[in-house]
Amino acid sequence: MSDERPDEVWHRLHPLSPLVRSARGLLAVLALIAISQGMRSGGSHIYDIVVPVAAAIAAVISWLVTRWRLDGSTLRIETGLLRRDSRQLPVARIQAVDVVRPFLARALGLAELRVRLAGSSHADGRLAYLPEQAAVELRARLLAAHHGLDPATPAPEERVLVTVPGGRLVGSVVLSSASLVVLLMIAEVVVALVVPAVLAATGGTLAVWLVSLGPVVWRRLATQYGFTVAESPDGLRIRRGLLSTVAETIPLRRVQAVRMIEPLLWRPLGWCRLEIDVAGSPGRDRSDGSGRMRKTLLPVGGHDVAGQLMRTVLGTEPPALRHPPRRARQKAPLSYHFLASGHDAATAMAVTGRLRKVTTWLPLEKAQSIRLVEGPVQRRLGLATVHVDAAGKDVRAEFRDRPGDEARRLVDELAALSRTARQLSQAGGGS
Amino acid sequence: MPDSAESVTKSPSPRLWHMRRTEVAGAAGLAAVLGGVVAGVTVGAPAGAAAAVAVAACGAIALWFVRNRFRAWTYQERDDDLLVSRGVLIRRLSVVPYGRMQFVDVTAGPVERVYRLATVKLHTAAAASDARIPGLERDEAARLRDRLAALGEAKAAGL
Repeated sequence: MSDERPDEVWHRLHPLSPLVRSARGLLAVLALIAISQGMRSGGSHIYDIVVPVAAAIAAVISWLVTRWRLDGSTLRIETGLLRRDSRQLPVARIQAVDVVRPFLARALGLAELRVRLAGSSHADGRLAYLPEQAAVELRARLLAAHHGLDPATPAPEERVLVTVPGGRLVGSVVLSSASLVVLLMIAEVVVALVVPAVLAATGGTLAVWLVSLGPVVWRRLATQYGFTVAESPDGLRIRRGLLSTVAETIPLRRVQAVRMIEPLLWRPLGWCRLEIDVAGSPGRDRSDGSGRMRKTLLPVGGHDVAGQLMRTVLGTEPPALRHPPRRARQKAPLSYHFLASGHDAATAMAVTGRLRKVTTWLPLEKAQSIRLVEGPVQRRLGLATVHVDAAGKDVRAEFRDRPGDEARRLVDELAALSRTARQLSQAGGGS
Repeated sequence: MPDSAESVTKSPSPRLWHMRRTEVAGAAGLAAVLGGVVAGVTVGAPAGAAAAVAVAACGAIALWFVRNRFRAWTYQERDDDLLVSRGVLIRRLSVVPYGRMQFVDVTAGPVERVYRLATVKLHTAAAASDARIPGLERDEAARLRDRLAALGEAKAAGL
């Protein structure tokens, strides 16, 4: 790049943004008109048109009054006509940067950039829409600044770690519990055929189930099709999507926990799913799945792939696991077969679950608090559970049903280890 | 920082016990009188007396429970973290490093204000962390709040 500093001027969003933003409402109304046209002939559609036109005008005004600039280490976004909203997003606080391309935007070569901070989703910075190239460049500049480099540093090379084949994704969706419901329904139909009196009753519920299940299956396929995980010095990059695509970039040190989930029906195939947690409120669950701070790192994959990804994210080998004593079976008869936990100087690891096995890895550096909980049954058996909490809701590793004295020792040990890990990471310049 | 002076195990003020005792005894007394009168009018005097005694007994059990709960609540300001232990049936122990603190809440409800008490709660970025200390005398609450805030700033660590 030459000497010009493009970050010192205010930028506008792409002029086609209002069109893309109001397109969905417009299409809905057009569809509505088409339907009503079929039902009654003639009549005026003036009133049907009012709402989308107003929305379109609002979108144009919103475009007119929105501007953004990157000021060294702060992204500023100003918007709003009557109530001016000036938002400053310090790049040091970035939790993740997403480039989202809804179908229409993608067709027009546009992309939305979302800068996610910890805290409520209202604090997120959204730039909808930028030209694709500009969005990718801005992401590179933000991430370079986030890592304390010169913003003009070009985006570093990335190394693809995993691609999920479409066939396997379909297989996993079929096997997942949502599809289990379909099998149950088929069983119901068989029963109904044998005993015809039940048919009328089950027919209705079956239709409801199928109708409500369709969108769920479609959504999983559409959001996770072509899932690719790549590693680059500025973080993990996750790309996915069939019609709308999403590219999420998560700086590695922002990862609060990694979870491996093995549903019952996947286990014979040796498949598992990986999720990572990033600090922040869960927020609204957007249709493209990017509203959550619990992100899918791998929708489906073998253990070898998952293990390799886990090592990349955490940077260490998993610690050795220990099982709770045999007497814990009395307190947790349904999950005893999975229960295990362990830790080393950097990571806490815990396995829980009844039918599906959930393995959690949590960097001790991220521990927010350590808790010991001892219920009445546990006390009689001389057991206690130690929780290591990380930022977020329900982000924790549970050392379930450890012997009482060991649990008490664990609390002190984990507190000391997490303190050391925190100091090390701060000395290393992390924030 | 002298370790010995800081890591003393402390408890909420005895006034918290007075407050809880008054709350429970008041509620139980009221319920006993009401129950006794209602049962006495509808069934008969002996039934009324029995109902009043039964309710009073429940109140006594609740009182015993509340006393144990009060006694179980302790906290300890260690060099790097705050340790809060509480609970009778389900015993809980929380260790919250000062550096992880997001903010400190000091609240005092109407009844607490009558007894000149306050509740201090430490919030972290994890929703599950629960370091709450009820029934602190006002001075102690203010001291704890200031100390936690100062330590939190000194040892702050990012997410």
